[in-house]
Amino acid sequence: MVKQYETVFIMTPVLSDEQMKETVEKYQKFLVSKGAEIVHEEHWGLRKLAYPIQKKATGFYHLIEFKADPSLIREWEVTFKRDERILRFLTVVFDKHMLAYSEKKRAKSKAAKEVTES
Amino acid sequence: MATQQQGEIKYLTPIAVDTKRKKYCRFKKSGIKYIDYKDADFLLKFVNEQGKLLPRRITGTSTKYQRKVAQAVKRARHIALLPYVGDLLK
Repeated sequence: MVKQYETVFIMTPVLSDEQMKETVEKYQKFLVSKGAEIVHEEHWGLRKLAYPIQKKATGFYHLIEFKADPSLIREWEVTFKRDERILRFLTVVFDKHMLAYSEKKRAKSKAAKEVTES
Repeated sequence: MATQQQGEIKYLTPIAVDTKRKKYCRFKKSGIKYIDYKDADFLLKFVNEQGKLLPRRITGTSTKYQRKVAQAVKRARHIALLPYVGDLLK
C-alpha cells in the first residue's frame, strides 16, 4: 500500500549553499533508494523563524511531496532526528482534500510560470 | 438644542444600530475543503494578537472546520511559521 506524504524540514542557516544542496540531495537519494517516488519539491530558501530553534533565528525551508510505503516513514523520520543539520521537520499524510488542494495549487503555479515565460 | 435640553435627542435619520449580522462559516460558504498549514498569512485570521486560537463564537467557523483550523495552526507552529507565544502579531 502506497500513501502520499509531505515533509517540510528546516535546515540550519549555518550551512553554506553547497552544504545545503548536499543535505537536500541526501534526502532525495534516500527516498529514491527506498523505492519511493518524489512527486513534488519546493525550496523556500532562507526564512525567518517565528521563534528561535536551537538559538537560530532563521533557517532553510524545504518541502518534499512523495509517495511511499507507510513502513518507510519511521526510518525516514529517524534520519531527520539523527541529522544535526536539521532543526525541525514535519511529515504529514495526504488525505483526499489535501491531495486535491495541492494538485490545484501546483497547476496554478505551473500556469503562472508559463505566463511569465511566454 | 431645544430638544437636547428636554433630555431627549432626536435624529433626522435613525442612527445605525449595529444590526446583528448572521455569522457564517467561511469554509462552508466558499467551499474550502483543506486548510493549508503552510499558509501562515491565512491562518493569522484565526488567531489573536498573542497567537492564540480564536473561538468559534468570534470567527463563526463551523465545528468541523474549526478542528481543521486548529490542526493547521498547530502544524504551522511546529515548523515555526507561527509563534507558540507571540506579542503584537497584528
